[in-house]
Amino acid sequence: MIYFDNSATTKPYAEVLDSFFKISNDFFGNPSSLHGLGSQSEKLLSQARIQMANLLNVKPGEIIFTSGGTESNNFAIKGAAFMYKKRGNHLITSSVEHPSVSKAMEQLEELGFEVTYLPVDKNGKVQVEDVERAIRKDTILISVMHVNNEVGTVQPIREVGKLLEKYPNILFHVDAVQGIGKMDLPLKDFGVDMCSISAHKFHGLKGTGALFVREGVGLTPLLSGGEQERNMRSGTENVAGAVAMAKALRMTMEKKEKGIEKMKNVQRGLIDDFGEMEGIIVHTQIESASPHIVNFSVPGIKSEVFIHALEQEHIFVSTTSACSSKKKSPSKTLLAMGVPEPIADSSIRISLSYENTEEEAAAVLNAIKRVVNKLRKVMN
Amino acid sequence: MDRIYLDHAATSPMHPKVAEKMLEIMNHHFGNPSSIHSFGREARHLLDQSREVIANSIGAKESEIIFTSGGTEADNMALFGVVESYQHQGKHIITTLIEHHAVLHACQKLEKMGFEITYLPVDETGRIKLTDFKAAIREDTILVSIMYGNNEVGTIQPITEIGHILKDHQAVFHTDAVQAYGIEHINVNDSHIDLLSVSAHKINGPKGTGFLFARENVKLAPRSFGGDQERKRRAGTENVSSIAGLSEAILISQKERSDKREKFKSYKEVMMNELREASIEFLVNGSLDHSLPHVLNLSFPGINVEAMLVNLDLAGIAVSSGSACTAGSIEPSHVLVAMFGHGSERLINSIRFSFGLNTTNEQVVKAAQETARIVARLIK
Repeated sequence: MIYFDNSATTKPYAEVLDSFFKISNDFFGNPSSLHGLGSQSEKLLSQARIQMANLLNVKPGEIIFTSGGTESNNFAIKGAAFMYKKRGNHLITSSVEHPSVSKAMEQLEELGFEVTYLPVDKNGKVQVEDVERAIRKDTILISVMHVNNEVGTVQPIREVGKLLEKYPNILFHVDAVQGIGKMDLPLKDFGVDMCSISAHKFHGLKGTGALFVREGVGLTPLLSGGEQERNMRSGTENVAGAVAMAKALRMTMEKKEKGIEKMKNVQRGLIDDFGEMEGIIVHTQIESASPHIVNFSVPGIKSEVFIHALEQEHIFVSTTSACSSKKKSPSKTLLAMGVPEPIADSSIRISLSYENTEEEAAAVLNAIKRVVNKLRKVMN
Repeated sequence: MDRIYLDHAATSPMHPKVAEKMLEIMNHHFGNPSSIHSFGREARHLLDQSREVIANSIGAKESEIIFTSGGTEADNMALFGVVESYQHQGKHIITTLIEHHAVLHACQKLEKMGFEITYLPVDETGRIKLTDFKAAIREDTILVSIMYGNNEVGTIQPITEIGHILKDHQAVFHTDAVQAYGIEHINVNDSHIDLLSVSAHKINGPKGTGFLFARENVKLAPRSFGGDQERKRRAGTENVSSIAGLSEAILISQKERSDKREKFKSYKEVMMNELREASIEFLVNGSLDHSLPHVLNLSFPGINVEAMLVNLDLAGIAVSSGSACTAGSIEPSHVLVAMFGHGSERLINSIRFSFGLNTTNEQVVKAAQETARIVARLIK
């Protein structure tokens, strides 16, 4: 079995599960409780926050625990829009964002905000000049993802952050759900005000995530209640989940040290070999992409058919982002890159983790060759 | 020292079978339910199974269950989702003074947004009067949110009667059943409930998970945007293992409910008998007739709750002064204020004992004796 769908979700690390169940068993108290068990939980939660903050090079008070990437993105974008609507009415984002960003933007449009959706080039990259051109006097927020979940393209976060130094009234949100643990993102150096992450993308648990909110940035809460998380996010804290996330992030970052070169090699190998195969179009441009994603099309073969054929070989890949893969619509990112619809319709995403090996990649490549030949014969 | 945990209303330990189920899923069925390959399909199947168990537990249809990150999100989703969809039919909302903050603070926010809220008073037992309720209903009432069983004093509201009164009225009926679910028999059809919130960690499930029941015909504007999960009503990768854990917890609670009810009711008697035998003066906050079996809130004239909590904690007994979510603040409980008024001594001398998994008769006896000793000492 070869699992090459790590951008959809990852298998939790065994150590992460140990932490989760240890805390669920021994330190199950509610962090808001005053008794010993409550304060132990509170302490564990604050340790997890400190650990997350250290790993991201920010202050512990700047980390807010959430239920995942979607909540983090919704909270950052709507929380900022509602909080700063007196400053202005205009938001900027790209046309290749995850639905939890783009649909939050659409909701804001319905509420009267104006949104500019920036185009991307043929590699899926936002142009900083386009960002600058889109900025207006009433712009209050720019949200650009770090790494695209479908193609892997890395956006010019540093450059956008640099540009925004001239515009202190514009907040900068980055959806780093796909990039975290693979690509460096020095939040403070890049001038990021808010950053979303999701634990189950880096071998933590589903239902946990975090939002970095720079000190001094206010957000209108989306959840009212017990005023946890400095009154930004109500609800009993998922202590075991938060500790598990901190552990997963630490382990992922440690594995990155040793594993990133191997991952790059695997990616390069796949892209090179695809390049040599007849009739395969690779959409991921290696120079501008994160090392864990390879997106390609086998024109003429529907991606669903291809995926199920690979599954017969015990290889698991995906069509596009998992969140939308139920729908039959082609990848939004590929269309924005100018890929014609029939080709986008046959796109496949391979996504790697540090656990994947070069041997697995070789096996996948062979299987893909077999499957392509078999399916082409059937088609003809 | 063996610690005695009598704060199950704040949060409860995970049942070992729940943990076992979750571990198995995290290890072997970690797929993203939106993925089309077998990892995804397995995860989807687990979700479907859990949804069936959950729906059956309250007499609902599977399509009427929306998974959330917990009780707070479920309450917020219910309130904001309903008012957004029904505001053209009116601006009036009815709730009570003794709701959990997830409802109360949401209502305060709705007031700021221009909605008119009637906060129903309660009598000394913490129950609303149906005459008050009937009098509060207006033609433009769009939402009634009344909790099933109170988290601080355990008082159960006349939910079925309320449901009946609202049967032919446009108002949507929501009940926060976070504290009652699992110990009370709840049927949403018999009680004409339109929306009902539940949290997993109160019934020996994991933190960070819950659900909202939303009757088929109720229009509920979504709050989080992104992928098309939960029939577009709640975006975000589903927390499969926790949801399956919740479902396991429900199956266990169904099996053990009648035993537990009898046992916890007897614990209340045991506790009060021990106190009486030690000649400790106390009053019951709430009623023993309309009360959750696991919650006992007692007032000890002449003592101070903070000193009491510290002493009990030192004796290894974990109890609470009110709900955990407000406990951190040590503001007087809004529930007790509603029951006894601002000047009442009970605001500063009341303790909540709440029973649950692994609570034994011996523990209750010991906790009562220890409480008696401390009260006697503090009163001197």
